[in-house]
Amino acid sequence: MKFSYFPGCSLKGTGRAYEESLLQVLQVLGVELVELEDWNCCGATAYMAVDEVKACVMASRNLAIAEKTGCKQLLAPCSACYLVLNKTKHYLHESPSVEAVIQKALKEGHLTYGGNVPVRHPLDVLVNDIGLPEIKKRVVRPLKGLKVAAYYGCQIVRPYAAFDDQYNPTTMDRLLEAIGCKLVPYPLKTRCCGGSLTGTLPEPGLLCSYILLKEAIKRGADVVSTVCPLCQFNLDCYRDKMAGRWGHEMIPDPADRNNQVPVGPRLDIPVVYFTQLLGLAFGLPEKSLGLQRGFTPLRLPPVQTAAA
Amino acid sequence: MIELKRTIKYESDRVPGFGHEVMSVPGCEQLETCIQCGTCSGLCPLSIFMDYTPRQVMELTRSDFKQEVLRSTTIWLCASCYACTVECPKQIRITDIMYELKQRAIHEGIYPKRFPIPVLAQEFYKMSHKHGRVTENFLATILFLKTNILAAIGMWRLGLNLITHGRFPLKMEGIKRKDELGRMMAVVDQLSIDKLTDRRRAPAAGGNGQGGH
Repeated sequence: MKFSYFPGCSLKGTGRAYEESLLQVLQVLGVELVELEDWNCCGATAYMAVDEVKACVMASRNLAIAEKTGCKQLLAPCSACYLVLNKTKHYLHESPSVEAVIQKALKEGHLTYGGNVPVRHPLDVLVNDIGLPEIKKRVVRPLKGLKVAAYYGCQIVRPYAAFDDQYNPTTMDRLLEAIGCKLVPYPLKTRCCGGSLTGTLPEPGLLCSYILLKEAIKRGADVVSTVCPLCQFNLDCYRDKMAGRWGHEMIPDPADRNNQVPVGPRLDIPVVYFTQLLGLAFGLPEKSLGLQRGFTPLRLPPVQTAAA
Repeated sequence: MIELKRTIKYESDRVPGFGHEVMSVPGCEQLETCIQCGTCSGLCPLSIFMDYTPRQVMELTRSDFKQEVLRSTTIWLCASCYACTVECPKQIRITDIMYELKQRAIHEGIYPKRFPIPVLAQEFYKMSHKHGRVTENFLATILFLKTNILAAIGMWRLGLNLITHGRFPLKMEGIKRKDELGRMMAVVDQLSIDKLTDRRRAPAAGGNGQGGH
């Protein structure tokens, strides 16, 4: 199995642990990735606010380069990239006026795009192409006893639900169950983390992220599993600031419902990429999965002897 | 004494044609059919911070209240989570309409000078053009210098943490064929200039015609 790979800017910067773990995990599963030659920024959400047509032109350059290569399926692990590339495809399909501008711009760059590049998300590929039985076979250290809140965020299921249910996605839940994790009920799985507002307007932005962490703690999760570099950044790196604002709020104790406990002065719950959990289950070394890059370290429950 | 403020908009506050202009943009057409149910406002995780709720912005836009929507905090607080878009019973692409309104506000320069969200959008835009890629920590640094240096000081701890955890690249990322991307963008610029001059020419011609009568 071979894919073109579109890392996007975050996976080369603050989200490099996502790239590290994704590459390792796919290698174990025999998936070959070819990084898209000279890829450019997808435009994310910020660019769309300045010029939506130009944003589509930026994204279409990547689609055109992918079409030129032998393996046309494009793997986009970052939620923003995944959405913008898909959105551009929709515009090309739905709006002749936008398509005309894009084609004209591509021509100027000596590129062409015929519309034949499926943009895929790793969750989709792992569950629907590779399949859970194949993944189970590779598990050498089942993550038995690890309670996980699976957080999907906005943009992989909205506005286009290409491979999962829009209201209650379950792909990641099934994947993590397959490697032995216990999924806690997490009804906020597609609620917004605040996106880039955490950096621009902390009060509303951080509140969005805080609600997510608080709920995960309240549900008794040991770890939050994410699929997006921005979600991971918001939930992991702004913890001090959230704790400073709301860390002393009292919530029901996950272990004893009759008891009230503070959310915790540091909101101590690790936030990792789902690929890091997969890598751990495959027995890959923590360092190669970028686990040391998380601000709150993940402590695994002790290995249960034998029997997977 | 309680300060009294007019809460109802008057006919004279309208900018006739604004709603139609927005609704003619690809993706925004469905706004015409809004039934004002308020599903968007109820779902929006950020509506509690907005001056107008998303439902109100939809009606204000459709009814030509250009100044009110372009000056609202609503358009900037939209984090593009698309919750409203997927739930709207009339399939109105609310998130895309918010994008369209943001573009217009930036284009007309209608936003508080140091308001960080439009500044971020424009710096992101500039950096992705100049380098073809965005290096987030550089972008964040520029943002704080341009909007709020005091907030930048409050971020030292985060910066330090990112450095110690190996998440703070020291090199600016970029693409090889910047000229190719530049040429492609120039095409869009040229097309929108043509469109703008067309638009300007049309009303001017109409005005002269009326003047002649």
